[in-house]
This record gives sequence, C-alpha cells and structure tokens, in this order.
Amino acid sequence: MFRHVALATALAATLAAPLHASAMDDAELSRIRVEIKQLKEAYESRIQALEQRLQAAESRPAAPARSAAAAASPANAFNPAVSLTLGGTYANLKRDPAQYRIQGFIPGGDESGPGKRSFNLGESELSLSANVDPHFSGKLTFALNAENQASVEEAHFETLGLANGLNLKGGRFLSSIGYLNGQHAHAWDFVDAPLVYKAMFGGQYKQDGLQLRWLAPTERFLELGIEAGNGNAFPGNDRSKNGIGAVTIFGHVGDDIGDSASWRAGVSLLRTASAARNFSDIDHTGTGVTDAFAGDTHLWAVDGIYKWSPNGNSTRINFKLQGEYFRRKENGTLTYDTQAQSLGTTLLRYGGAQSGGYVQGVFQYAPNWRVGLRLDKLNAVAPSLALAGTALTSADFRQLLPYAPTRSSLMFDFSPSEFSRIRLQFAQDKARPGVTDNQVFLQYIMSLGAHGAHSF
Amino acid sequence: MKNIFTVLAGAFLALPAFLSHAVLNVLACEPEWAALTTEIGGDKVRVSSATTAQQDPHRIEARPSLIARTRNADLLVCTGLELEVGWLPALLQQSANPKIAPGQPGNFEAGRFVQRLDIPARVDRSDGDVHAAGNPHIQQDPHNIALVALALAKRLAEVDPANASYYQSRQTDFSTRWTAAMAKWEKRAAPLENIAIIEHHKNMEYLMHWLGMHQVGTLEPKPGIEPGAAHLTQLLSRLPQQPAKMVLRGAYQDDRASLWLSEHARIPAVVLPFTVGGSERAKDLFGLFEDTLQRLLDANK
Repeated sequence: MFRHVALATALAATLAAPLHASAMDDAELSRIRVEIKQLKEAYESRIQALEQRLQAAESRPAAPARSAAAAASPANAFNPAVSLTLGGTYANLKRDPAQYRIQGFIPGGDESGPGKRSFNLGESELSLSANVDPHFSGKLTFALNAENQASVEEAHFETLGLANGLNLKGGRFLSSIGYLNGQHAHAWDFVDAPLVYKAMFGGQYKQDGLQLRWLAPTERFLELGIEAGNGNAFPGNDRSKNGIGAVTIFGHVGDDIGDSASWRAGVSLLRTASAARNFSDIDHTGTGVTDAFAGDTHLWAVDGIYKWSPNGNSTRINFKLQGEYFRRKENGTLTYDTQAQSLGTTLLRYGGAQSGGYVQGVFQYAPNWRVGLRLDKLNAVAPSLALAGTALTSADFRQLLPYAPTRSSLMFDFSPSEFSRIRLQFAQDKARPGVTDNQVFLQYIMSLGAHGAHSF
Repeated sequence: MKNIFTVLAGAFLALPAFLSHAVLNVLACEPEWAALTTEIGGDKVRVSSATTAQQDPHRIEARPSLIARTRNADLLVCTGLELEVGWLPALLQQSANPKIAPGQPGNFEAGRFVQRLDIPARVDRSDGDVHAAGNPHIQQDPHNIALVALALAKRLAEVDPANASYYQSRQTDFSTRWTAAMAKWEKRAAPLENIAIIEHHKNMEYLMHWLGMHQVGTLEPKPGIEPGAAHLTQLLSRLPQQPAKMVLRGAYQDDRASLWLSEHARIPAVVLPFTVGGSERAKDLFGLFEDTLQRLLDANK
C-alpha cells in the first residue's frame, strides 16, 4: 500500500511539474523578454558610450601629460621655455695672456686672446624662448661673464612659417656668415673659436639688424640670405649713421651622400665700415700708442662641413670634418698715435689684406667619447701704407708687420649624457713671431632645462 | 650671356609650377608612419621617411636634405610625444613651411591617438632622458597602428579633400586585413604571455603591453644613458632572483651590451626590427609584426 502511495505521489509530482510550468508560462516569458530587452538596451547604450569615447579620443588631442606644466596655474602656462648653460675652464698657459696678440691683424673685440690663467667661469647663458603668437617666435639669451657682467648675447624675433620658404629674423642675433658663427659657443667642438674668428671677428660676428632667408623649393637644399645691421660689431664700429651699417649675404647648398653621409657648403660676403676704430700698438721707440683705422671692410668666406656615421646612426661612432676660409680687405686711412703720446699724430692711406682659415676633424670613437684635431693658419701680407714724406716706417706699426700665425689644437671630450660634457684640450699657439704658447684647457659644459634642437 | 639669364629666370619662375603636382607630398618622421601612409594613401601620395630603421629616432641631425624635404612637404606624419624634439623643431623653423606648422592639419602626430604608457609622475633629468608626454615608441602595438590608421585616413581626407573617398576605402580595406592579421598574431603569440624580458632602452613597452610580457630590467641604467659595465654586472647579479627569458634590442641599437648579457646570463639576445625596414622580412607593417613575433617565438623555444 505504502509503495502505491509513494508511486502516486512521485507520479503526481512528475506530472505536476510540467503542469505548473505551463501555468506559469506567459508571466515568466514576458518577464524574461523584459529582462533581455533591458540587457540589450543597457549593452547598446554601453556600446554607444564606448563608441563615443573612441571618437572623442580620435578627434581631440590627447590629454596633457601629468607634468608640472599641466599642473601650473593658467597664468604660468604661457611662460617661455627656460634653458641654462653653465660653462667653465681651467687654463694652463705657458705665456702671459696679457701679451697675447695675433700679428698682422688689427686687433678688435675682447675675445681674441686665450682668456685668463687658472680657474675661470666661462660664460653662463640663460635663454628664454617661446612663440609670441601664430606669426612669431622670440628668444632672449643673456650671457653672464666671470666679471659679473650681464650682456645681451641674442635677443630676436623670428617668423613662423611665413610662406614660400621665407624666414625673417630681427633684433640681435649671431650672423649666418660662415659655418661656426651661427652656433653658440657651447655647441662648439673645441674650447675656443678658430684663430680666424678671433682675428677677423674678435670672437663671433653678431649685430643688431634684420635677417631674411629664403629656402628654394628644390629637392636639394639651397638657401640664400641677406642681413642688414647697424655695423657696430668688429670689424666695423659705431659710426653714428642712419641707414644700414653692414650687409651680409650668404648662400648654402647641402645634401646627403647615401644614408651615411651629408654635407653643406656655403659662401658669404660681409661689407662693413669703420670710423676711428682704435687699437693699441707699440712703435719702434717701444712706446705704446693708440692708432685708429677708418674705412671699408670687405670679407669673403667659404665654408664646408661633412658628417658621416654608419647608416646615419651617430650614437656609437661618427665623424665630422669642417673647414672655413676667410679673406678680408680693408681700405681707408690709418691714424698713427691719435693721443700724440710718441712721434705725433699722423694720417696715412692704408690698404690691408689678410686671409686665414682652419680645418678640423672630430671623431666619436665610442659612445660619449670623442677626439678632435684642429689646424689654424692665418696669413697677413705687409699692408700698403703711404709712409713717404712722414717720419714713420713700417717698424712703427708692430701689429701690422706681415706674419703667418698658426695654431694646432687637440681635444678629447666625454659626454656622460646629452646634457653634460667635459673636455680636455691641448694647443700650440704661434700667433706672434718667436713665441710659442702651449695651452692646456679643461672645460665643462652643462645644459639645464629646455633643450632646443641643434642645427646641422 | 643674356640668353642664359633669360633661361635661368624662366626656369626659376616655372619651378613652383613643376613642383606643384597632383600627388600629396608626405614626409614621415619614422619608417612605420611612411609605411602606414603608403597603405592608406596609395598612389595619391608621395611618401618619404626622414629616418631609417638603422637610426635612433631620438638622435637625428637636422640635415640640409631634411630641411629641403620639410620645405616641400604637404603633410608631416610623426610620432610626437617629444620623440623628435631634438631635430624636428629645427627643421620646422628653417623650412618656413606654414602647411606643416604645429597645430595645422598638415602636422599629424600619431602619439595623440593612442593610449600612452609610462607617463612620468615626476619629470627630472636625474631620471635620464624622460619624456614628459609618455613613452613615444608606440608603433610596436598593432592596436595602436589601427587607431593611427583611422586618424590618418581622416587627416589625409582633410588635407586632400578631392581624394577623401579614396583614402576612406583604402583605410577600410587596410583595417579589414589588419584586424584579421592581428587575430592571427594574437593566437600565435599565446606562448609569449607572462614571459619576462630585459630590454636595451625603454622602447619595447607597447610590444610587451600587447603581448602580456613584462620587463625585469633595462641595459641602459637610465633612459638615454649608455649601458656601462657597473650597471650590466648589477643586472646580471639580479637575474637569478628575477630571471628573464631573453634580452631584446631594436635593430638600430648597439649590440655589445645585449651580447655581453646574453653570453653571461645564457639567455638569447633578440634583435627586433623595431620598425619597417629593420630586418629583411619587415618590408611593410605586416612583415614588421610577422617578423617580430617569429623572432620572439624562436627565442622562447
């Protein structure tokens, strides 16, 4: 009996289940339908949201990095980029640098010597630069020297994509004459400037004025430029004149040779003039006198640079060969002893011609390590001086006696990173007759802050 | 003499006419973007790359030839994220080409369209050559290529509206092939998941992110600082506790540090093409990932 009941119950239960299901069918199904619909809607909205996010990510520029700049207040967001270069040397000079002179060349500028002995703070440079608006960018570089003086090294505006390859720069800037002139001293491969720069520009040629450059729309790099300035910089001087005091014209061509090498060559011309450009000399009596030149200066320069690295990858090894040759002619008058300290002030017709140049090679033989050799040679022929009828002879112009100064420099440098460099340089300098100056320099160059792109 | 001048002057005046042709002149900063522009631009673009796979994209000279090419470009396709900060600004300034100035449609920065890795919380040069905007070596993740392709097609259409539909259809075609290829690669790459590697420079992050690998050290002590003996020895001594399966470097990177570690730690040194042209098989973007994957799988055996 019990078995029957159990069976019946089991049967009833088994039968009841589908019965129960069929009874619940409609309500349950509609509930499931609603759930599915809700799920579908939820997913659709999520997919839409994702699509929107993707579109937004595509169209808008990426969110600024979580850097200090982004965190800065809006007022500071437009602050110019600041970059600082620290430099210093230790110099061991065999000869007294106060006696240093490059014979055959009328001296000018205060950077024509090898600098002071022992430890010296080099020029520390502080640069501020930023875009002014969509049309211009601006840059100011202060040079702070060891004598606690600040000077304006460069201060100029430059156009941004003016059109048709034209670039206009105005203010004070390093002239594009030659190759090295346009580079800041911290980018040089040797401690000091080539002898020809010291003799002909008194360091580097820079003036206040305008520069217009045009880049030809050709496959091969071809650039032409003209600069007009006040002409205050040596070899010219301030003549208190309206108009243009000095004009520079330059042209550059350049290209690659395969993947590994590239070159650039240039020609430049500078025309400037001087009025009462004073310089110190010693006459035949041994008296120190002040002479002065007035007249026109024409300077021609040719320059070339060749850079090589395996497959154009300069990280491990690379080689750089560069050379420049300058030729300068000056015509005008020379006033002997303007202060009448010795044989009396005398005015003479003067014509001078000097030339000179350098060749240097720098080889990076291992990452961070480089070695370089530079050979300088200058030549000054005897100037034409109308001495007839005066009490003077060419011996009264010691600085202008013909000579061919030379110098050889060997340098090693080590750059622990892209931003720091330590350099050792040996030089044998024969800038004046009968005197050989052996010079040893130890130099550091450190770049802090924004690091601008280097030009070729 | 006068005739020569007339001819020269004539040639000079006619020059812009010769140079303004129907095809769009594109200068890519790196070979991967040159390859991608070719995929999407087809024969409507003339593409050249400023750098090759053998060159370190951080360290490029602003050479005269590059200035001339920048001058004549209608569109610049670069990574951005400060990768080209050491040379591109000089090219842009000297070329005086308003079409490709930053912010213009002609200036395309791929890095803006992807999810960036390694954005530093602290920017200080004592940490080496850090990129404030994040790791710029984005091209080693194919998903990034897909995102950039989409944005690049739009940009090409913006710069050259006459061929907009052409770029669109080529992008769709590329995207189809790329998605299929990615699915295939991801399947093959399964064994690479969770493996530990050592890299030369922090330039494999996107590849690792894609494949689920991770690094346990770099040959450079700090980004941009050359590997030195002291750091390599320290790296080697750490390996028993933190084992790495292989040491990776890009085709442009110096092999010495990598070979030294490989020899001393007895793990394979793997050269990856890193970009298009970095190996015999990396002829295009598909070849780049095929070869990268193959080399990783071979080393993982």
